[in-house]
Amino acid sequence: MKTRVHVTLKNGVLDPQGKAIHHALESLGFDGVNGVRQGKLIELDLDENVSDAAIEDMCRKLLANMVIENFEIEKEAA
Amino acid sequence: MKSAVIVFPGSNCDRDMAVALEAATGAKPHMVWHRETELPEGLGLIALPGGFSYGDYLRSGAIGANSPIMREVKAAADRGVAVLGVCNGFQLLTEAGLLPGALLRNAGIRFVCRDVPLKVASSQTAFTSRYQADEAITVPVAHHDGNYFANDETLDRLEGEGRIAFRYAENVNGSARDIAGIVNEAGNVLGMMPHPERMIEPAHGGSDGRRLFEGLVEALA
Repeated sequence: MKTRVHVTLKNGVLDPQGKAIHHALESLGFDGVNGVRQGKLIELDLDENVSDAAIEDMCRKLLANMVIENFEIEKEAA
Repeated sequence: MKSAVIVFPGSNCDRDMAVALEAATGAKPHMVWHRETELPEGLGLIALPGGFSYGDYLRSGAIGANSPIMREVKAAADRGVAVLGVCNGFQLLTEAGLLPGALLRNAGIRFVCRDVPLKVASSQTAFTSRYQADEAITVPVAHHDGNYFANDETLDRLEGEGRIAFRYAENVNGSARDIAGIVNEAGNVLGMMPHPERMIEPAHGGSDGRRLFEGLVEALA
C-alpha cells in the first residue's frame, strides 16, 4: 500500500529555502508568485495491515518534527 | 571525572571534543559508538559532538536522536549526569526532546564557518561558571542549520528561567532572540551551536572555550 506523507513547515516558521526559490522564480520572470514554502514528500510502501494510528505515530516520532512541522497523510486508493 | 563522547556515523568533531575533555578532566574520555546500548559506569559528563550524523538526512539530528545509545543518554540526563551537545549535538538534543525548540536552516541559507562574538547570557549554569555574566567571548561556528526556533511562550520561559547560556553578539544565522546556547530545566544539559572545543588554546586563535570545560569539571567535582 502506497502512502504519502506531506511534511510542511508550520505557519510562522521562517523558510529561507522557500524564499530563495521565490527569488529564483522572480528572476526567471514569473509574475504573480506571492510566496513559496518548501516541504517534503515521503512515500511509504506499507503492508496492508499497518494501521492509521501506526502511520500517525511514525509521523510524530520521526517523519515530522512537531515543533516546526505539520504532516498530512495521503493513502493511495487500493 | 569519567566522561564519554558519543560517536555517530558522520560525527566529525568527536576527536576535537575528546582532546578538550582530556585537557579538562585529565583522563581520556570513553568513545561510545551510537549502536551501543549501555554507557560506561560512573560517567560524570556525556558529550554529543558536532558533525553530520547520518548526513543530516530527514532533518539534522533526526535519525541519530533515535539511535539506541540515545535512550541511555536520556536516562543518564534524567539522573542528573551532565550532557553537553555542540552543533550537531545541539540538534540531536532538540530532536531527542532533551531541549526545547528546533534548529532551522540558517536564515541566510549559507553554511556559516567562522569565529563569532558571543555574549555569556548567564554565568549561573554549571557550564558557564567560569565566565562573567555579559562577558564577550569569541567561539567559532560551523553549521548550516543553526537558526534556533521555539514558540514565544518557550522563548519567554527560557529567558525568565535564566536558561539562555550564550547569545550571539552578531546573529549569524537568524536565531530567535540571538540564542546560541540553552540549558534544560534542571540545568544539567547544555546545547550550543558554537564550538567551544575548537577554542581551547592560543594556537586555535583563542582559548575562550576552555573555561566551559574547566568550569564544568569544577562544578561537577
